[in-house]
Amino acid sequence: MPELVLEIDKLTKQFEDFVAADAVTFTVSKGEIFGFLGANGAGKTTVMRMLCGLSMPTSGSAKVAGFDIYNQTEEIKKHIGYMSQKFCLYEDLTVKENITLYGGIYGLSSAHIKEKMEKLLKELSLTEDANKLVRGLPLGWKQKLAFSIAIFHEPKIVFLDEPTGGVDPITRRQFWEMIYETSRKGITVFATTHYMDEAEYCNRVAIMVDGKIEAMDSPDGLKKTYNGKTMDEVFYVVARKAKRQAD
Amino acid sequence: MATIVVEHISKSYTNDKKTQIGISDLSFTVNKGEIFGLIGPDGAGKTTLIRILTTLLLADSGTASVDGNDVVKDYKAIRNNIGYMPGRFSLYQDLSVEENLNFFATAFKTTVEENYELIKDIYVQIEPFKTRRAGKLSGGMKQKLALCCALVHKPSVLFLDEPTTGVDAISRREFWDMLKRLKTQGITILVSTPYMDEANLCDRIALIQGGKILVIDSPEEIKHNYKHALWAIKTEDMFKSLIDLRTFNSTLSCFSFGDVHHLSVKDNITTKEDILNFLKEKGHTEIDVQPISANIEDCFMELMTKTNTSNTLVNA
Repeated sequence: MPELVLEIDKLTKQFEDFVAADAVTFTVSKGEIFGFLGANGAGKTTVMRMLCGLSMPTSGSAKVAGFDIYNQTEEIKKHIGYMSQKFCLYEDLTVKENITLYGGIYGLSSAHIKEKMEKLLKELSLTEDANKLVRGLPLGWKQKLAFSIAIFHEPKIVFLDEPTGGVDPITRRQFWEMIYETSRKGITVFATTHYMDEAEYCNRVAIMVDGKIEAMDSPDGLKKTYNGKTMDEVFYVVARKAKRQAD
Repeated sequence: MATIVVEHISKSYTNDKKTQIGISDLSFTVNKGEIFGLIGPDGAGKTTLIRILTTLLLADSGTASVDGNDVVKDYKAIRNNIGYMPGRFSLYQDLSVEENLNFFATAFKTTVEENYELIKDIYVQIEPFKTRRAGKLSGGMKQKLALCCALVHKPSVLFLDEPTTGVDAISRREFWDMLKRLKTQGITILVSTPYMDEANLCDRIALIQGGKILVIDSPEEIKHNYKHALWAIKTEDMFKSLIDLRTFNSTLSCFSFGDVHHLSVKDNITTKEDILNFLKEKGHTEIDVQPISANIEDCFMELMTKTNTSNTLVNA
């Protein structure tokens, strides 16, 4: 039995008479790359926010990295990484300052940050640009830096919310190669995307429709079940069932 | 006949006392009734170009015209005759759906009724929410309302700046269906997008990166002109085979494409057997190697590596 990093059981979030997430149930193992798909308004963000300890469920249970999402939200925040489409880097701080800031927020010692930073800058070929403002970096570099910072404190799991929007096709692929390497180090990756070819890179994929998980399997398994040649076709068949339109 | 003519247009910005190229010496034409796609990542210069053509920004040099009207001299005429949907939602959030539409009709001295035929297909989808404030609409509905407002005065040319960014795969498909219907009404459409798969839905495209045009042609021609032999490869361990294939003697580049790798090779003498043998030697199993033709992303990646206009790390 592999170690479970996410254990989610009938997780529900209701806003007045609107059920944004409806009895969502699944588990994700250590080191797995898990793709979380759904049309706009299907409830992806609602589920992600609950798993990051930012929003209380109405009912159901979930453990993230072994911590309970009702009463251990602070522990959860320490043991997860998060990267949104907007990257959360400070544009008017330098590369080094951004790394130091986030390392400090996650409670790493100065010595530890310094040592890890040297290595990271080398890996990203950013050593020469370490004292430059993030604002001046090309988009693709910012994206790689943001991801590296999100896993700098070696979290159990990293949440990526549409991380590859708007970058060129080579950078997009290099980014997924970083994701592969990360999962090989044992960090679980939980990612949303609108690029259906990226869904193919995941070990397993869940598709949300109207607050519920409508389909969940490996990309190959989904293609067989829904008789589609690509994940794009699968997504179209599954997500078209949606009745509601929201954001 | 060319509806949009762009000749040697350049524009640079000053940022932190450093001059950055927005777009550099762009030239192309868009024919009447064509869907023309500007395809490229963020920062390629798509918005800059659209803002110049919609008379919202002045170019540093070069000339451009829309429907025979010069973007500088005849800016008023252009503004009356085009529809523009900016990348960021720019309708009045605190006006209702109906009020927004009426406002734009009035601003163009027309009425919703006068050109209702043009927007009918799209408007009926948001009509049930016509009293709702625009700010309270979902992303997909905002997009449809914005398109209605851009069309309400029956423009001859429609400029759409990344209309499908951040929109899910299903809404994207619906949006392109709407564009195809508009095309049949004779409207010329210039649309920008970072999604390479949307290139195939355009009549002609410009692939754009770092302020420069990599190529302009029909999607079919661009794909047809891809020079190298290309193989789709599957193995049991996809990540390891990706790394291994990059060390193969004949490899030009190797990238993941969904459930397969695309391997382009330097020569035309490398055979399927050569690739199979290489992978077997590296210990791979469940190997599948198939010859394929290039898609737009293959072409874009090849062109951006070759012309090196990229501002990304190309080390793969």
